[in-house]
Amino acid sequence: MADISCKLLVIGAGPGGYVCAIRAGQLGLDTVIVEGEADGGTCLNVGCIPSKALIHAAEEFEKARHFASENQLGIRAGEPSIDLGATVRWKDRIVSRLTGGVGALLKKAKVRSVRGWATFVDGKTVSVATSDGAVKIRAENVVIATGSAPVELPFLPYGDKVMSSTHALDLREAPGRLAVIGAGYIGLEMGMAFAKLGSKVTVIEAADRVLPGYDEELTRPVAKRLKSLGVDVLTSVKARGLSSAGDALETDGPDGAKSIPADKVLVAVGRRPLTEGWGREELVLDMNGPFIRIDASCATSMRGVYAIGDVTGEPMLAHRAMAQGEMVAEIVAGERRSWDKRAIPAVCFTDPEIVAVGLSPEAASGAGFEIRTEIFPFAANGRAMTMEGEAGFVRAVARADNGLLLGLHAVGKGVSELSAAFGIAIEMGATLDDVAGTIHAHPTLGEALQEAALRTLGHALHI
Amino acid sequence: MGVHVIKLPDVGEGVAEAELVEWLVNDGENVREDQLLASVMTDKATVEIPSPVEGKIIWRGANIGDVISVGSPIIRIEIDGEGNDSGEPAATAPASKPDAPAKQGDRLNGDGPKDDVEARADRAAPARQAPPARQAHAARAPMVTAASNRRPGEAPLAPPAVRKRAIDAGVDLRRVPGSGPAGRITHDDLDAYIDSGGALARSSARVARSDVTETPMVGLRRKIAEKMSVSKSRIPHITYVEEIDVTALEDLRLRMNADRAPDRQKLTLLPFLMRAMARAIEKQPQVNALFDDDEGVIRQFGAMNMGVATQTESGLVVPVVRNVEALNVWDCAAELTRLADAARAGRCKREELTGSTITITSLGAMGGVVTTPVINHPEVAIVGVNKMRILPHWDGAQFVPRKMMNLSSSFDHRVIDGWDAAVFIQKIKSLLEAPAMIFVEE
Repeated sequence: MADISCKLLVIGAGPGGYVCAIRAGQLGLDTVIVEGEADGGTCLNVGCIPSKALIHAAEEFEKARHFASENQLGIRAGEPSIDLGATVRWKDRIVSRLTGGVGALLKKAKVRSVRGWATFVDGKTVSVATSDGAVKIRAENVVIATGSAPVELPFLPYGDKVMSSTHALDLREAPGRLAVIGAGYIGLEMGMAFAKLGSKVTVIEAADRVLPGYDEELTRPVAKRLKSLGVDVLTSVKARGLSSAGDALETDGPDGAKSIPADKVLVAVGRRPLTEGWGREELVLDMNGPFIRIDASCATSMRGVYAIGDVTGEPMLAHRAMAQGEMVAEIVAGERRSWDKRAIPAVCFTDPEIVAVGLSPEAASGAGFEIRTEIFPFAANGRAMTMEGEAGFVRAVARADNGLLLGLHAVGKGVSELSAAFGIAIEMGATLDDVAGTIHAHPTLGEALQEAALRTLGHALHI
Repeated sequence: MGVHVIKLPDVGEGVAEAELVEWLVNDGENVREDQLLASVMTDKATVEIPSPVEGKIIWRGANIGDVISVGSPIIRIEIDGEGNDSGEPAATAPASKPDAPAKQGDRLNGDGPKDDVEARADRAAPARQAPPARQAHAARAPMVTAASNRRPGEAPLAPPAVRKRAIDAGVDLRRVPGSGPAGRITHDDLDAYIDSGGALARSSARVARSDVTETPMVGLRRKIAEKMSVSKSRIPHITYVEEIDVTALEDLRLRMNADRAPDRQKLTLLPFLMRAMARAIEKQPQVNALFDDDEGVIRQFGAMNMGVATQTESGLVVPVVRNVEALNVWDCAAELTRLADAARAGRCKREELTGSTITITSLGAMGGVVTTPVINHPEVAIVGVNKMRILPHWDGAQFVPRKMMNLSSSFDHRVIDGWDAAVFIQKIKSLLEAPAMIFVEE
């Protein structure tokens, strides 16, 4: 294969990289994207999408089991069973449709894809090990979008028993007893899904509560649901390793050492940026802790070298990477752009779901704002009642002086879809009066947003 | 458990009431014995009230700014053991706004009753209400969503489409005033900015503010306000300005400072002025007097007690150097320094802040060229010192640099005729311009 030169080279075809390349292609830039595995990165292959598929299957199965016993809807059904292998095949079909879609979109945008692992030779040149041998690519601009990988615990190396989230998404059978290390969003999403699929799940968390990244008010309904699903949650507990027989997880906690019997152990203690293995040592990149340091235009310390996505820091979220990628493509095309987003929504697909956009009450107060904040419970929302989703609430956080919304949060069944409304409100600079003055369709969960705004203004109608 | 009631103690001779200027404890707070509970202010002295018992504050009977009669209960403290009171708290301590200005209105305008009614209405609602317009607004929409009040470093508030247009046009949104709710920048705002060619920039960099800071007029500030109102409304001032050549005086002063005994205060100009005034008062004693215009009596004093207006953090106070007629310049300097320090530290005793018969006001290097000093009622004269400057002076053959300084002095024209005022100041001028004469016994 001949050497290639181009205007823009994107390393990594995850959500950040492929969006960057598509946008660059749309803008007429001569663009090359390099990916060692399937397009779509963690998100499409082993992250967001497959986990949502598994969560959906688990929910449906749990529903079927619920219908097999006495239930308030009066539905009678037989005892269900699940062929997890078939589920995984269905999930894989979705994944391949999406990754194939990415390939088609890249092609449509006239982006050249090179399959293989890239290594920097210098700041403008990478060498890609393709199946046809090494290819040198010279580019005026390079975007590093190498992403992240699950953190491995040194005393619990991944293997037959110990798995990362990636492996857990490919199980052909729900483990009888599953120990989950880490009660962050990945650990809880997977833990709850397997609990619904019939596993006896124990979650251990080093912090003193679940989802320590979210404020406690938001996580309380999730903690309650964990209990009703029969998931054991051990907080302030740390994993030590597998028992010598390999059939249990050894832990240390406030009550001393404890052995948790487990057929599988899922390690979900976070993700680390992939800053090694692609020749970073050939570059002079300033770092920001383990991440690559970037400025408001995603430029690194080297001219013409940009970095986007998980490799640049928290929050490690696909939609942040996509927005960065789009911005960088426009910058390389000569447009003036700068990171000016007011909020990056965060969603947790637990049961119930959590969505957080903007500042929590604590964070807003901590930032020096005088705030008003109120919740509106789904127990007072008609639609929530009719879909057996009365747990949870919508919460508004606004400035006391002018009512500017600083944060919108919700926990409840299906609230991930409210992230669109929340995001638009914050990004548009909406005030409480704006949201309160917008007609929200009845009967929907979204009414709780309007009511939360009204209540923060001091005149909720339905509570 | 019992309740201990603390009443406003007798805080000074002849003082019947005091103004509450500060609460040092909160309701529900536990206090130790001797812990300070509140500060009250009489004419000029501030008195702190300590707790005689240990216990918990269960009632505070006055608001800041209220004037409390001596003997009124002001605090109730729940204590272990038996208290000194078992009854319910009085509805409120007899609290009133000071009504001296209203009284004065009676006399001057003859529409006293109306003033009195207003004063009473004021008393009934000590917490001043917001203007009606604002209240109505508040009732309709509790959130004030008006002008942009962006804090330094805060991102400008604009929807993404406006942001994109702005950055494409090379406009820094931080400079664009936002007219929308919470100061949101709209497309129209951006258009207006661009149409103005960025002319809005200068004003928009400075954010229009809509905030109002309300500070209750309490304590020293209110005392000053009252004194100034009384003085300006009752006394017909005549102000007389004369320029003084202080070159010789400055030479003498520097010489005396250089040769001074180590235990002596450095001399400023003021001690010389005080001594010169003392000599001038000997000739014009009518300026060293108090005019009691209620009784129609002028009291002329042998003692020359000179108030010296002093700026402190909380405002203007006038400590008094007593019996200047019996002091030399060094004594004056020492006393001035001592009183000024005490005033700035808030440690002046009541008697050190009262009893002046004439007042000096000096702002030093800030003294300006001319001032119109306000007489310290019921005195009849005040001498103001302006800043010293080197000016060209025609000595008959050439211009020579001389150190010049103006004295701006006000007199109560009811008591002091212009002629007498002029004679008084001319005497001071002649003494200061030939400073040896200050020290010559006649």
